[in-house]
Parts: sequence; structure tokens; C-alpha cells
Amino acid sequence: MSGYWNDILVGSKSLVTGLMITAREFFKPVVTEQYPYDVPEMTPLFRGHVELIANEETGAPNCIVCMACQRACPSDCITLAGEKKEGEKKKSLTQYQLDFTKCSLCGSCVEACNFNALQFSKEYNLCSFNKDDFIIDLVKRLEDQN
Amino acid sequence: MDTSIWRPILYLIGIMVFAGLNAAYLGWCERKGAGRIQRRTGPMEAGYEGLLQPLADGIKLLTKQLLVPSGADGILFRVAPVLAMIPAITSLVVIPFSENIQARAMELSVLLLFAIASIAMMAVLLGGWASGNKYSVISAARAVSQNLAYEIPMLLTVICIVMISGSMNLRDIAMDQQGGFWHWNIFRLDNFHFLYMWVAFIIFFICSIAETNRAPFDMAEAESELVAGFMTEYSSMGFGLFMMGEYLNIVVGACLTTTLFLGGWDCPFGMFPGVWWFIIKIYILIFTFIWIRWTYPRTQIYKLLNLSWKILIPFSLVNVLLTAFFIKVF
Amino acid sequence: MTLPVHLRHDETFVLNLGPQHPATHGVLRVKLTMDGEYIVKAEPVLGYIHRMHEKLAEAGTYPQFMPNTARMDYLHALAFNHGYALAVEKAAGIEVPERAEYIRVITVELNRIASHLLWWAAFLLDLGGFTPLLYAFDDREQIIDLLERVTGSRLTYCYMRFGGVYNDIDDEFITGTRDFITRLRSRMPRMYHDLVTHNIILIKRIKDIGFISEEQCRRYGATGPVARGSGINYDVRKNEPYSVYQEFDFDVPVYSECDSMARYMVRMDEIEQSLRIIEQALDKLPDGPVMAKKVPKILKPGLGYHYSAVETARGSLGHMLVCNGDKNPYKLKLRSPTFSNLSLYGEVAEGMLLADALAFMGSLDLVIPEIDR
Repeated sequence: MSGYWNDILVGSKSLVTGLMITAREFFKPVVTEQYPYDVPEMTPLFRGHVELIANEETGAPNCIVCMACQRACPSDCITLAGEKKEGEKKKSLTQYQLDFTKCSLCGSCVEACNFNALQFSKEYNLCSFNKDDFIIDLVKRLEDQN
Repeated sequence: MDTSIWRPILYLIGIMVFAGLNAAYLGWCERKGAGRIQRRTGPMEAGYEGLLQPLADGIKLLTKQLLVPSGADGILFRVAPVLAMIPAITSLVVIPFSENIQARAMELSVLLLFAIASIAMMAVLLGGWASGNKYSVISAARAVSQNLAYEIPMLLTVICIVMISGSMNLRDIAMDQQGGFWHWNIFRLDNFHFLYMWVAFIIFFICSIAETNRAPFDMAEAESELVAGFMTEYSSMGFGLFMMGEYLNIVVGACLTTTLFLGGWDCPFGMFPGVWWFIIKIYILIFTFIWIRWTYPRTQIYKLLNLSWKILIPFSLVNVLLTAFFIKVF
Repeated sequence: MTLPVHLRHDETFVLNLGPQHPATHGVLRVKLTMDGEYIVKAEPVLGYIHRMHEKLAEAGTYPQFMPNTARMDYLHALAFNHGYALAVEKAAGIEVPERAEYIRVITVELNRIASHLLWWAAFLLDLGGFTPLLYAFDDREQIIDLLERVTGSRLTYCYMRFGGVYNDIDDEFITGTRDFITRLRSRMPRMYHDLVTHNIILIKRIKDIGFISEEQCRRYGATGPVARGSGINYDVRKNEPYSVYQEFDFDVPVYSECDSMARYMVRMDEIEQSLRIIEQALDKLPDGPVMAKKVPKILKPGLGYHYSAVETARGSLGHMLVCNGDKNPYKLKLRSPTFSNLSLYGEVAEGMLLADALAFMGSLDLVIPEIDR
């Protein structure tokens, strides 16, 4: 019988405590981020999809087509090609295709690169109805940026 | 001009507008209230502070197809949502909003209200059973046992009120409580009723939460167990009517609590009685409904029945005895 | 558990719970044979999110499997990272610098708190309480923001490397973590315990529900909070210390009530213990590199079997690595904790009410992708 009264008394007290807590929260400011109106700042290490780094002087990609990124990629989403132009020591990049539909943003490609040619972009507003939008031509992207 | 024709028409329009606005905007209030409690903003996009959200929801629901699943009982399936709305609107007929605003002042209005309220549970039962969905059938069975268990303490507490006021007319009950909060049934100072009537008020309030199928007693729709309970198979306005019916039941529950316990349209300090006090009181009660829903986890069906049979019914029986004793002795 | 006598077995029906049901997190499907609201037989059906991770490990090189580990238990991804890194380091004989070990412990424990907070939120959602979900997410968001600063991702981390970690932690991370510890400690009694733990409705719902005996735990190989809620004092961090766990002073919460409430309390106490570990690790954090020198680009561990065990938020996780000198693993087998914990379900849920069975399922803390892999 004591358990019965105890349940009623302690139970009611716990219920009132709960109500008091939510009442206090009711008058506190909102903590959520109103996304399209205030846009979050990405941290420096944020991993968007990869992009090429341009040489500061020439504006051409730093890439020398060593294929390390392609080999490191666990999902086979990088395809690149290059050719050796006349009068240049290194190979230059002609095509760098990123299949973002398969990419898991692990960053293996950036780590594998020894020539400072790849970095993460800060793009996170990625959505489309069209699958082809995610087969990204990074060379073209770099040219557009320049 | 003969007012006897205009009176019913005006009241009909008034009640429909009141019911419609409440059914639509309590949804908005609930979402805003839940948002604030959870420290979010709630609906913001449709209109200023999301005020057009009910309209947008209504349009969306109207444009959807009303599906009747192939295993369902077609007629009952379509009747159930309507049954959810009708009792709630009908109940508003006998509610005295103020001394002069009441559609019908019936002698037995308390009895009528509870008779109609039982039909609301039929909507849940029929809707769940006619869907032919296992979750819905479980939900319907739960709703019936819950309704059965909670009508008893609810009616027992109302018997206390009827004994104190000596009337089953809601208007008389409210008139009996005029003149300041010390006359209200919840803490009535002119006899010794204040000693136990607050318990009756709490019992009545808990029962009205359970009767309206609100969390923490929303066994019938328990979305984490039964998907959406009796509403699982409903789409379009069928679903919409159930939702509106739920909110209207809350309004009726709040109106009833106000009239029976909180002095109806009476001002707490005995001045300026009027319909505004009634409105303020019912919205405070409705806010409490919302507040409670967004604070507690859900109970379990047997724990719920235990609460009614082991705690609420004994307490309300003792209440009836005490009321009778104090009325007889003093 | 035996069924009440009045239950007639000839009027049963089958209720298909899942794979899309609000209470079966992820894509678990449970075939319930019901008699009214009582469960006569419960049979979990798996395989709806099988992605052959173990086979994928054989297809790629050793580092290429690292991102996949996070996709298995997405709630405690860093522990899976850690377990795989430990197994490969054992195989290849790579020494990890001390600072990296400490950073691993700090991030794994932060992730464990995030996982427990999410469990708490989802458990309350199973029980029909919405508001605690948002309060827990408010705290969890702080952890995710902190981890995003150092790992670069928010949920499926790929932070550990063979021989260290991907990135060093900075001062902002350290002060942020200390702020978070004070914040969570100050919020814990009120927002978690007063609002939920002491709530009579919750106590009535989960106390004495879902009784798992110690014998059942041992028979099914249940680990983690499920075993510790049944009175088994087993925590890989204490019993077979890996990394630098032996240097920290922390308790292993054990409750012997064996019910859902015991498992609930174990997890709530573990949050506090994790905070203690993080605090000590931040105090003791040594200087130095975060990556071992001379880690070969292409790993080719010699022939051998290597096993590593770590404690995730859900229990003991084992990585069994078979190497044959090639640049990709010959075989990788995972012993994931939730699989064993879920195996209990059918036996324990028999004779329960539907609502109780779902509350019990919530108390097991299931992460389905980790079961299916």
C-alpha cells in the first residue's frame, strides 16, 4: 500500500518537474539554424567534393597526371587523362572527371597527392534531379573559376 | 422581425466559424508551441510566422486522392471521419460561452454532452475496424478499452459538480459559480468543497486528456507502435477530418472544464464577467494540453488502464462520498 | 518467458513490423506472431541493408577500406575506424605516436557520447516523447561541430590512419571540448534526469520490462550496455585495454536489474564516464607528431591472423584480419556487437505486449547497418 501512495506522490512530483522544465525552455531563445536565411560557415577542414588547385603564376592545374589519386580512390570515381606537350618537362592535364555519385568524400585522393594539386571544395549545397550534374569535369570547373 | 428564425441560423454560423477556425489554428498553435518548447521556430514559411500554414495544409490535403484500401469496409471507412467531426461540433451547441451566448440552454445539457462524447470514440473504433489494417484494429480495440475506463471517473467527478450546483444545466452550473474565483467549483470557499474539489478537477482534466486521445494517453494512434493507429489507411481529407475532430474535441474538453470547474465566463476577481474570460480560460487549458503532450513520453495501455481503475476511480468515488457528506452536513 | 494461461494460440495473426516502421530504426524487419496485443513469437529478419562490406575489404587495398568502416556503425563511426586501424597496425607492426593515441581516445569518447545521446533521443521517441529528442540533439550538435573541426565530416568519419590520425587537434578544439564538458554536466541533471529519468511514466514503462538474464547474455554473446545492464562487468576498455585506456581512471557502470531501466542507466552513466576520460586525456595530452614516421605507402603485411577488439557504444567490436602478404586483405571478418544483441530479441520478446516489445527493442540500441554490414 505504501508503494501505491508513493507512486502517486513521487509520480505527480516528477510530472510537475517535467512540466516546469519544458515551460522554462519555452521562453528560451531558438537554437536551430534557419538554414536558407543564415548559411553556416564551413570549417577549414570541411570535405566537399575535390577540386583542382591552379598554379598561382600560370593558372594551369598543378596536376602532373601521376594517377596516384585514381589508384587511391576506393570507389573508382576519378578518371583522368593527360598528355605531354612539346617543350614541357611534365605531363599536363587534359581531363579530370569526378563521378560524385560514387564518391564517399573519404579524402584518400587528396592525401595521395604529392604535388599540391587537389583540395576539398567548400560546396555543400549539392542536389539535383539530374544524375549527370554530379559527373563533374574538374578541369572545366577550374577554368570557370579563373 | 421574428428573432426565432435568425437565432438558430446565427448560432449555426457562429459555431461553424468557431469550430472551423479552432480546428485549423489549433494545429498551428500546437506546432508553434511544440517548436518553442523544443527551441525551434515551428512553421515559418507560409505567411508571417507560418500563419497561412493551416490553409496550405488544407489545400494540400484537399488535392490528395481519398484512397479506400481494397480490404476495407467502404461505407464505414468513409463514415468514420465524419463521425469524428459531428459530435464535437454538436457539443458546442450547449456550451454557455457567456451569460447570453449559448445556442440552446437545455436542462440536461451535461447529460447530452457526455452522450455525444461517446460517439466520438465510435469514430475511432469504426475507422480502425473498417480499415482492415492490423495496426488499425489494435488501435480500435485500445481506444474502446481506454474510453470505457476513463468515462467512469469523468462522470463520477461530474456527479460531484451536479450535486453541488443542483442542476444538470451547464448554464446554471456556471451561474452558480459567479462572483470571483472563490466561488468556482475548483476552490469553492462557501462550503468545505475546496478541500477535495481540486482533486476532482485534476481527475477530470486527466480524463479529458485521455478521452480526447492526446499524449501521453494517445494509445490509439501511438505512432511508434501502431504507425498511425486508426488513421493509418486514411489519406486526404479523411485524415484531415480526424485531425480536426481531435482538435475540436480538445476545445470541447476545455470548454467543459471551464464551465464545470473554472466558473465559465466569470472573472477571477468578480469584475467584468464576459465571454472574453471564457475564451482566455479555454485557451489556457488548451495550451496546457499542448504543453503536456510535448513533455511526457507515452504510457502503455495496461498502465493506462491501471491508472484509471486503481487510482482515478477510487479517488473519484471518495470524492462523491465527501461531496455528499459535506452537502448533507453543512 | 511463458505466456499467460488465458492466451489461446489458435487465434494468432502475423504482424509485419518493418522494414519500414517508425519503431524499427533503420530497416529491421520483425515478424511478430501476435495473440491480441501479446507477442507469441518474434523473429527478426535481416538483410535489407546488406552491402557486403567484408567482401569489399578484400577488393581494395588496406587504406581503401577505411572509409567503409564508418558506414557500418554510423553512430559510433570513430570506434569502427579505430578497430580497423588497430587490426592493420597489429598486422603491419606500425607504432602509433602517443599524441595520436590520446587524440584517438578523445575523439572516440566524444563520438561515444554523441552515440549515446542519439540513442537516448531515439529511445524516447520510441516511447512517444518528442521533446527530449530535440534537447539531446542540441547537445549532440555541439559534439558534431567539434568533430567536424578536426575530422572534416559530420557523421561518417574517416579520421584514423594507420600509424596515427588524419589531422592534429588545435587549441580551439580543446577549449571547445572543455566548454562542452561543462555544458553537458550542467545540463545532465535537469534536462536528462529530471525531465526523463525520474519521470513516473518512463519508469513505469521500462522498469521490469525486457528481462535479459546473465545466462542469456552469455549464451548469445551480448556485450556492451546490454551485458552490463545484466550484471556482467565486461568492458573491453577495462578488461583488455587497447590504445592508452589503461592510463585513465574511469568506472564501468554495471547494473544487475537486467531490465530496460538498467540498460538505460548504464548508458546514462557511461556518458559521465566518457566525459571523465576526455577530461583526463585533455589534461595529459602530450606534444609530438600525430602520424608515425615511415609508414609505407603500400602496406603488405605478411601472412597471419590478426584480431583487434574495441569497445563501441553498443558493445565489443572485433576485427579479424587475415593477411597473406598481398596489398589487399585476404579476408576481413567483423564481430559486430549489435548482431549478438539483436539475437536475444526473439527469445526475450516472447509473451510481451507490443508496446513493451518496442520499448525493449529501443533499449537494445540497434544500428541495423552494423548488423547487416
